[in-house]
Amino acid sequence: MSVLAVIEHDRGTIATASLGVLTAARNLAAQMGTSLEAVTVGSNADALASVAGQYGATVVHQAHHDALTDFGPEAWGEAVAQVVRATSPQVVIGTGTERGHEVIAQVAARLDLPASMNCTEFDSSFNGTQPLRVVRARWGGSLLEQAEVDATIKLVTLANHTVDAVEAPTSASNTVHNVNLDSSVMHSFVQDRVERVAGVTLATAPVVVSGGRGVGSAEAFAPLEELAGLLGGVVGCSRAVTNNGWRNHTDQVGQTGTRIAPDIYIACGISGAIQHWVGAMASKNILAINTDKEANIVTKAGYAVIGDLHKIVPAISEEIRRRRG
Amino acid sequence: MNILVCVKRVPAPGARINITDDGQAVDTAFLGFTVSPHEECAVEQAVQLVEKHGGEVTVLTLGPAEAEEQLRTAVSVGAAKAVLVPITESDWDPQRTAQAIASVITDLENANGKYDLVLFGNESADSCGYQVGIRVALKLGRPMVNGAKGLDIEGSVAKVRRESDAGQEIYMLPLPSAVGVKEGINLPRYPTMKGRLASKKVDVTRTESTGSVGGLKMIQLQRPPERVSNTQILGTGPEAASAVVDLLEELGVFK
Repeated sequence: MSVLAVIEHDRGTIATASLGVLTAARNLAAQMGTSLEAVTVGSNADALASVAGQYGATVVHQAHHDALTDFGPEAWGEAVAQVVRATSPQVVIGTGTERGHEVIAQVAARLDLPASMNCTEFDSSFNGTQPLRVVRARWGGSLLEQAEVDATIKLVTLANHTVDAVEAPTSASNTVHNVNLDSSVMHSFVQDRVERVAGVTLATAPVVVSGGRGVGSAEAFAPLEELAGLLGGVVGCSRAVTNNGWRNHTDQVGQTGTRIAPDIYIACGISGAIQHWVGAMASKNILAINTDKEANIVTKAGYAVIGDLHKIVPAISEEIRRRRG
Repeated sequence: MNILVCVKRVPAPGARINITDDGQAVDTAFLGFTVSPHEECAVEQAVQLVEKHGGEVTVLTLGPAEAEEQLRTAVSVGAAKAVLVPITESDWDPQRTAQAIASVITDLENANGKYDLVLFGNESADSCGYQVGIRVALKLGRPMVNGAKGLDIEGSVAKVRRESDAGQEIYMLPLPSAVGVKEGINLPRYPTMKGRLASKKVDVTRTESTGSVGGLKMIQLQRPPERVSNTQILGTGPEAASAVVDLLEELGVFK
């Protein structure tokens, strides 16, 4: 009887989303009157037991196998499934990330259990015996669903950034599980990796200057590039822009693009459709530049300038240069 | 190279998603429908692979009778065959969906031979379950990787590229395999006149399938708290530049 937190890591480096998962799982375990346990995959993650202990895990299950040196969705799913089988937790919580969803889905498929992804809330009266009521994000978070997970073992992922990490140190004991992995799960391992070049990315930039359909062409992004450059930021865009072939998909902000959270998001000629908004809504400040003062993005933004972006954006860059002398 | 692509019909929302009065569905009275974005790219990727390596693309959907429209859309951009697994409800839970789809694929393969690749979208745009493809692949006994931002065939291996926080990862899956595709892998083409004609003529195969109801039950939909913003209009036209830079200074992003 326990709540099991699945720790996401990359070659032994913990994913920050795991800390929110440990915190949420500990809170749930406390209300159920049971203990928080955690699982790590691969011996290169053994050192993370101390981190799990910092967040209140009393037991850390360490899934070991010689092949578990890098990420592999099927091998990780099978390894966690075997730990779940061996320990029968009432709830299993994974990270609401690409890898987290994938591992929980693999566990669910292997154990033929339901799984509810991107949960934002768990029923505060849940005691472990009844179906688990959750609220989960649909449409990239623009719609919520109240759902019920009815199974002996409830598999869920926690939507990212919904629970802040809070420590609650305890001393964790470690249990090693030597898992059996047959050849069927050995194909989908990372075979090669090209490390990302260090630098400001769309996801981490403090300033994002973004353009939508209103920009009009690939060439017309030049003034946005200039403004982003002056502010140490990067250029983003809406889905309409990528669909028109004006910019690469790597610049796309939105449900099917990148989720951003800059200090300021400058949205130029973007209407603010749901698809785009869910990717931008975590921005700390939003400045909309738009000809239409009724545009969705204008009504949701903290600040707006009404008018033609093609004139306004160069004027802002000019003013910045003027003040810098 | 024969490829099966599973797609889902989803509403195409604009600025706001409304819910029906009973909270059971998205109010689609004023909405169009589309192929879920990741799957639109899966269809394009399949068509490109077949153009390069030969073979044909079959597109499959489990959905209401109207989902035939999305199958025809896929044919208009290059799919050759279309299979509809009709359901009377608006949606099935992930376990039931996966069971029904896997059973139809097994029947199709028994009749026509194995698909080298079965493609899915990374997650559907509406229910965002992140699991149907993974469940189907396991039932079919083939390796599966989700989140593909690149997919090529090298001999008898599918080379999958995907992005992680650390960089680009490469996976090599022996065929037959299954892959979940993410938007950005390609730029889907527009239908040609020839494609539009083909989409009108194609026979959509209807295959009934059942599946047992799974353990994830939707109770109801709700809207998240509305973000109400008292938008401060800094000005109109280029004259507002000074007020904008004042704001940037105030927020500490312009030093």
